[in-house]
Amino acid sequence: MSELELRTVAVGARPRVATVRIGTVLAVAFALYLLLACLVPDAVAPQDPNQIAPRDAFSPPSPAHWFGTDESGRDVYSRVVFGTANSLLIGVAATASGLTLGLALAVLAAFGGRVFDFTVNRTIEVLFAFPGLLLALLVIVIAGPGPVTATLAVGLSTAPGYARILRGQLLAVRRSGYVEAARVLGHRPRRILGRHILPNALAPLLVLATLGIGQAIVWASALSFLGLGALPPTAEWGAMLSAGRPYLATAWWLTVFPGLMIVLTAVASTVLGRALTRVRAREGATQ
Amino acid sequence: MTPGSASRVAARVAGAVFVLWAVATITFFALRLIPGDPALAVLGGPGSQASPEALEQVRQQYGLDQPLAVQYAAMLGRLLSGDLGQSYALKVPVADLLGAQLPGTVLLALAALAVAWLLALALALVSTGAGRVAASLASSIELTSAALPHFWLATALIALFSTALGWFPPVSTGDLGGLVLPVLTLAVPLAGFLAAVMREGMLDALAQPFALSARARGESAIGVSLRHTIRHAAIPAVALSGWALGTLLSGAVVVETIFARPGLGRTLLQAVTARDVPVVTGVVLVVAVVYVLMTLLSDLVSALVDPRRQAVAA
Repeated sequence: MSELELRTVAVGARPRVATVRIGTVLAVAFALYLLLACLVPDAVAPQDPNQIAPRDAFSPPSPAHWFGTDESGRDVYSRVVFGTANSLLIGVAATASGLTLGLALAVLAAFGGRVFDFTVNRTIEVLFAFPGLLLALLVIVIAGPGPVTATLAVGLSTAPGYARILRGQLLAVRRSGYVEAARVLGHRPRRILGRHILPNALAPLLVLATLGIGQAIVWASALSFLGLGALPPTAEWGAMLSAGRPYLATAWWLTVFPGLMIVLTAVASTVLGRALTRVRAREGATQ
Repeated sequence: MTPGSASRVAARVAGAVFVLWAVATITFFALRLIPGDPALAVLGGPGSQASPEALEQVRQQYGLDQPLAVQYAAMLGRLLSGDLGQSYALKVPVADLLGAQLPGTVLLALAALAVAWLLALALALVSTGAGRVAASLASSIELTSAALPHFWLATALIALFSTALGWFPPVSTGDLGGLVLPVLTLAVPLAGFLAAVMREGMLDALAQPFALSARARGESAIGVSLRHTIRHAAIPAVALSGWALGTLLSGAVVVETIFARPGLGRTLLQAVTARDVPVVTGVVLVVAVVYVLMTLLSDLVSALVDPRRQAVAA
């Protein structure tokens, strides 16, 4: 069981509980805000993120500085906005590498015959015995800390979860009636794979990626926070948290606000992923 | 126990042993990929200007002059006798080091698991059958708690309960008060996941004929929940215990670091930073053993809680 599977399983596509309609709207709005912060940070942020003002150091949140200022008097909100692109990039890259590796394992298991299926399944089982960040930490011991290593390490830690879900998906489609029909009609295996199996089995990739990005950002920031990923003075949420840690007792806003962005991003990613799951379930029901 | 179920248990145990062997093997060979001379790492890294004689002596002492296959076999042999090797940085046996750190982390993880179960059960009991608003409220609470990263929750709790209110110390002292914030940090996100799974199980159970017939016999709604559906909530949550303990141990890395609490997690982080290979290997193995045992145990407990599975096994 992985966190990602839980996020998908717990949904259960339960249409009778009308929960997150408002939530979905809020999540979409927040995602648009993040997109703007990525593309045109100058328009979103009130200040230059690196402009120092030693006299204003450690100001608490106020109308002039929504999220307060840090030890050099830099505006925390502006730094959070400018950090969006870095943090999202890390999340997207980690998710993409995890999905790619997971997909490769899943295809190998589903189409490589019994021996491959057995091997891949045992591999997934073994990788699950490195729970949470453990696999990522192992990668960092070998390759050394840094943003690129941390991103790939998070990708690798999420791969077994993706592999298990996608393998199930591929097998279910392979055994389905319409694939059987195509086979009976005498279509060649390659055509069946390309026209029928892959498009249907990979349709949930978007949902998985949406759900996964939030988790990837959380894990990558945890590594940054521990000083193993992106490092200060980079404007990246995890690195900002780490930089603010020594001042926790005196200036809580240095850690609480960048962290809040991570939390909101993770919540938005789950809400959007669930909304996409519901849409897919509804489409499946009407077909 | 029937022969069928005995062989199933045997197969599960064999699977668990295989996973542990694979974890030890992967860790051993993966950590050989670290660039640089391990003997130099023992003597304090590239800046230490160790003499060739000292390096040679360390190689002999740690068996690093042997072929890789011999080293691997020796490692497996030592593992079977419970010997995890010597720490590069601290020069003490890893087994002693981890043995001293393990109780603190186990206490933290078990306390967090118990608190998470209580929180999740309370939320699931209160919110099921209490109408739509309660259901969507519960769902939002679950979703948000599950999304809370440990590092943020810990800093937020410290800001609130230590800095502002002064109720609990920001740094773990040995006593019970110092345990509150670390346990809450680990328990709240886990409770979010568990509550979602429990509520799902309870809703499914409430929709079953037996729940209706119990209500028709005159049992109260709460009575039905406590006597009948709670079991269904427990089944999926018990099945998750292995995963839950895994995330708790991984979360301990962050939580023990923030609260300056001695334990496995902080030891692992220090070892990762110092590239102390034997300690990293030791912690990885301990966590894998705990994870594998817990998964095995939760499988067996699931069968006990769920009579349907006993019927299949018998």
